Amino acid sequence: MELVVLSGKGGTGKTTIATALSELASDVIRIDCDVDAPNLYLFYKGKDIEKREFIGGKKAIIDETICTKCGKCESVCKFHAIENSIINPFTCEGCGACTLICPQNAIKLKDEKIADTFITELDKGIISRAEMGIGSDGSGKLITYLRKNGRRFNRDEKLTIIDGSPGIGCAVISSITGADAVLVVTEPTKSGLEDLMRVVALCEHFGVFTMVCINKYDINEDMSKEIEKFINEKELVLVGKIPYDDTVMKSINELKPITFYKDSIAEKAIENMWNNMQMCLH
Amino acid sequence: MNIAVLSGKGGTGKTTVSTNLALALKANYIDCDVEEPNGFLFIKPEVDTEEKVMVEYPVIDDNKCKSCGACVNVCQFNALAKVKDDIMLFQKLCHGCGACQIACKYKAITYGEREIGKIEKGTARDINCSRGILNISEPMAVPVIRELLKNLSDGINLIDCPPGTSCNVVNALKYADSAILVTEPSEFGLHDLKMAVELVKMYNIPFGIVINKDDGKDNIVKKYCMEEKIPLIGTIPYGKDTAVLYSKGGVLYDDLHHKEIFNQLSKAAKEVLSWN
Repeated sequence: MELVVLSGKGGTGKTTIATALSELASDVIRIDCDVDAPNLYLFYKGKDIEKREFIGGKKAIIDETICTKCGKCESVCKFHAIENSIINPFTCEGCGACTLICPQNAIKLKDEKIADTFITELDKGIISRAEMGIGSDGSGKLITYLRKNGRRFNRDEKLTIIDGSPGIGCAVISSITGADAVLVVTEPTKSGLEDLMRVVALCEHFGVFTMVCINKYDINEDMSKEIEKFINEKELVLVGKIPYDDTVMKSINELKPITFYKDSIAEKAIENMWNNMQMCLH
Repeated sequence: MNIAVLSGKGGTGKTTVSTNLALALKANYIDCDVEEPNGFLFIKPEVDTEEKVMVEYPVIDDNKCKSCGACVNVCQFNALAKVKDDIMLFQKLCHGCGACQIACKYKAITYGEREIGKIEKGTARDINCSRGILNISEPMAVPVIRELLKNLSDGINLIDCPPGTSCNVVNALKYADSAILVTEPSEFGLHDLKMAVELVKMYNIPFGIVINKDDGKDNIVKKYCMEEKIPLIGTIPYGKDTAVLYSKGGVLYDDLHHKEIFNQLSKAAKEVLSWN
């Protein structure tokens, strides 16, 4: 069973909630698919037991000793990544069109390492995660790999919890393809609702079972009601409403999962939500 | 002058900073967070033009195609596959690069176009606003961002970037002369801010930091700015009234207390990013 935690909008509490759920479920595989801002591992003092280089794509390189600066490569590059026979590695998408057109055979594609991937061992279970090169592309492929890499440690059909990225693009699509369920963490703001609608539409498109929770619901109860109305209309399941609680920020700054703070009202609401989710998932 | 507003971590206040600074500076506002564009919810411009964003994909002429598979072999994105004697295309994997067309010896490949998103333009309170919107289920946001930033107007452009530090942000930053990094004083905020700083440094452009939801203390972000000698443009104090106003889609700049904060920030930004 693979559960993906998403939000559409950033900063609504995906990592806090994914971590809390993984603590409550106790025996789980954790995967941090928010490769641009991987914060899940910060909650743990784990030990990296595996490290690998991840090749995410290719980049073109020109051999200046052979290049005659004829400019043919520039004219075929759809990404405007070549200027005066110099390739801009940030805009090159590694398609190889330039290598095919070069009459001198002066351009080659070279494997591009985009990340280091890790299996981090915790007291209980592992995290499959990555440290992505700044400015890299190919996060979709990387995410598919992180899920596969984590699966190797899942022998007896354990629950896998995936901390997803904001947005609705390739990173999110790669996180939910073939997953069993999605939990969308939203917040009672205009942006939260708008982004919830877009991420729900994406989940519908892929036919994934979708649950929703409203984090910090009491910041604007009218907006929370509007969100609940949307959830009802879409026939989704509202599994939890989590109140605003300063302890959450404290837990982030002390780098301890919120489940360690037993008198926190947010923690209680998340426990309650986890019970609801278990009923939905079985 | 193109100012990119970015953050690394999502939800730190990029849109809040860029919309309100646009109002304070009477600058153009461009929402590049095309997966989840929210700026228009606040500024509420009257949209007067809408353009489709199209990408190219190969169309194979069955009469000319000999199913040799040369196109499949050159495609770096696995968008083409040979199934028995047929060449199949997976549209959403295609980057429209044209490699297959170059590789085809039988001139069987031409290019068609399909829509992956749109661009909206309009005005609100005398400022020009534009945004890109990626269609649901389309994986690639970069073509929409590229189209949106292709013909930036003169004057000050505030570019509201997507979260993260990968290709979407790289493509937005390409057009920037300076950058404002928005963060929050938390361990997560700082962790992701460091990644954003590393990215911006690659561009050799002036940049400074705005701390949103500031606690008024000598917090970890302020210490980091001091240690790294990164200019702090200013702070937006944490306040329940701010959170409530934001949640309703209200414009902070319309509120006197917040107006003062953003006027200060715009003054400081001018100094830090050195423009007049």
